Amino acid sequence: MAAEVETIVSVENLRKSFGKAVAIEDVSFQIRRGEVVGLLGANGAGKSTTIQILLGLIALTSGKISIFGMDPWKQRVAVLSRCNFSSAYVALPYNLKVIENLDVFAQLYGVNNRKKKINDLLDLFEVGHLAAKMTGGLSSGESTRVNLCKALLNDPEFLLLDEPTASLDPDIADKVRKLLAQVQAERQMTVLYTSHNMRDVQELCQRVLFLHQGKIIAEGSSQAILQQFGQETLEEVFIAIARNQVSSSLLSGDVK
Amino acid sequence: MILVRPGRVMGLCHRYFYIYTRSGFRLLDVVFWPVMDLIVWGFVAKYFMRLDSANPTAITFLIGAIIFFNILNRAQQSISVSFLEDLWSRNLLNAFVAPITVAEFVASTFVVGLTQIFAVALIMSGLAFCLYTFNILTISFALIPLFLNLLVMGWALGMFTTSLIFRFGHQAEALAWAVPFLIQPISAVFYPVSVLPDWLQPVAYLVPATYCFEGMRAVLSGHGDITSYLLTASALNLFYFLSVCLFFAAMLNNARERGALAKLVV
Repeated sequence: MAAEVETIVSVENLRKSFGKAVAIEDVSFQIRRGEVVGLLGANGAGKSTTIQILLGLIALTSGKISIFGMDPWKQRVAVLSRCNFSSAYVALPYNLKVIENLDVFAQLYGVNNRKKKINDLLDLFEVGHLAAKMTGGLSSGESTRVNLCKALLNDPEFLLLDEPTASLDPDIADKVRKLLAQVQAERQMTVLYTSHNMRDVQELCQRVLFLHQGKIIAEGSSQAILQQFGQETLEEVFIAIARNQVSSSLLSGDVK
Repeated sequence: MILVRPGRVMGLCHRYFYIYTRSGFRLLDVVFWPVMDLIVWGFVAKYFMRLDSANPTAITFLIGAIIFFNILNRAQQSISVSFLEDLWSRNLLNAFVAPITVAEFVASTFVVGLTQIFAVALIMSGLAFCLYTFNILTISFALIPLFLNLLVMGWALGMFTTSLIFRFGHQAEALAWAVPFLIQPISAVFYPVSVLPDWLQPVAYLVPATYCFEGMRAVLSGHGDITSYLLTASALNLFYFLSVCLFFAAMLNNARERGALAKLVV
């Protein structure tokens, strides 16, 4: 009998409302160790709210979340020390040099042998030559790769990536995607990945969660979702959902 | 339970060190206003000294008050402006999702504030000696506990201001600079409480700084036991500081409930 794979993230009946507006409605999913899961949905579908709840920035209204078997609200520091986060929309302090920023975050994450760790990551992402450059002066591609160095400083077991390839040209996006795939495979990292770039998702994610108006309406491998929606590509599925061009039973999430 | 780990506080302090030393304007902001206060008010006091009815200790009172008020102001700003620094550099999200406690975050701003205060006090003391022959070293050590009380009150005000920014968002940013000046008129900074109208005096006596400034004048004029000032200021500070810690935690949780924290930091 195959050994049971450990569940890293467990979300049960998650609900979040802001006053009368419901942002997340009865969302449940699990992510197993080493799995890369894509969280997809149009703007306002609830992706960012879900990630921000997992990170402890937003309190949930009801439901239960467990990360590494711990309550991230009550055992925040223990959970966050094993996680990390990177977003195309969240900058590192612009008025610090790259090396200073990484050193500060290495201290915050309690990284041992900081200098070696930072240099290894800078080399891995081919940005060693930027170490002494001011972070505010980096291009989008450079900034993304430096952010990813920060996100891997503590060898996270669970990595949350919010549109890491947004605003990158196809060449840099491809490099970043390949590097992420390589690092994930080597370290067996668990990854929750949001992106509007369907190619990212098809290449990197083993499983996809489609959110629509705060509900998960589809869940499975890219191939299974294509079959379910009768489309050729994830991009077509995305557009069909965003424009309500699929049957009401699919949109309501009754068919998964 | 983890509250404050020195390594994490040092990491946060390093970040502020880089931010301040990298920007001449930031450093200027820390030093410029206290020095301007000292120069302008010092010369005003010198001018009043020439008038027949002037009290010869007036300049000492005034310079002492300026230095003490800047301690309060700097302590408050070390927390509120440091928080805004993070907000403006869009870095709060990275800090909030790092495994650091709120206590470590606040402790680092205390350390940054203390460093700034010692630097500013040193510069102002040197300037006061050069311009007005005001030698801070000749002042009684009795002023030190009053200084510490102002420091604690400044930190409490800084946490209060930051709590209001959690609650009201960017529109409350101006409070980061305004709060010490809002309470200045009732803190007996430049004049004794007895100058205030009768109905306002009880309000002034609710402010810990009032006892610090009254105590400072008693020490500088060379008479008066300041024990009662000190005890009252310490008791009020303890009460306010603990209350503000609870208020800070409540506002932070409220911001998480409303999703306002995420909006503020992203």
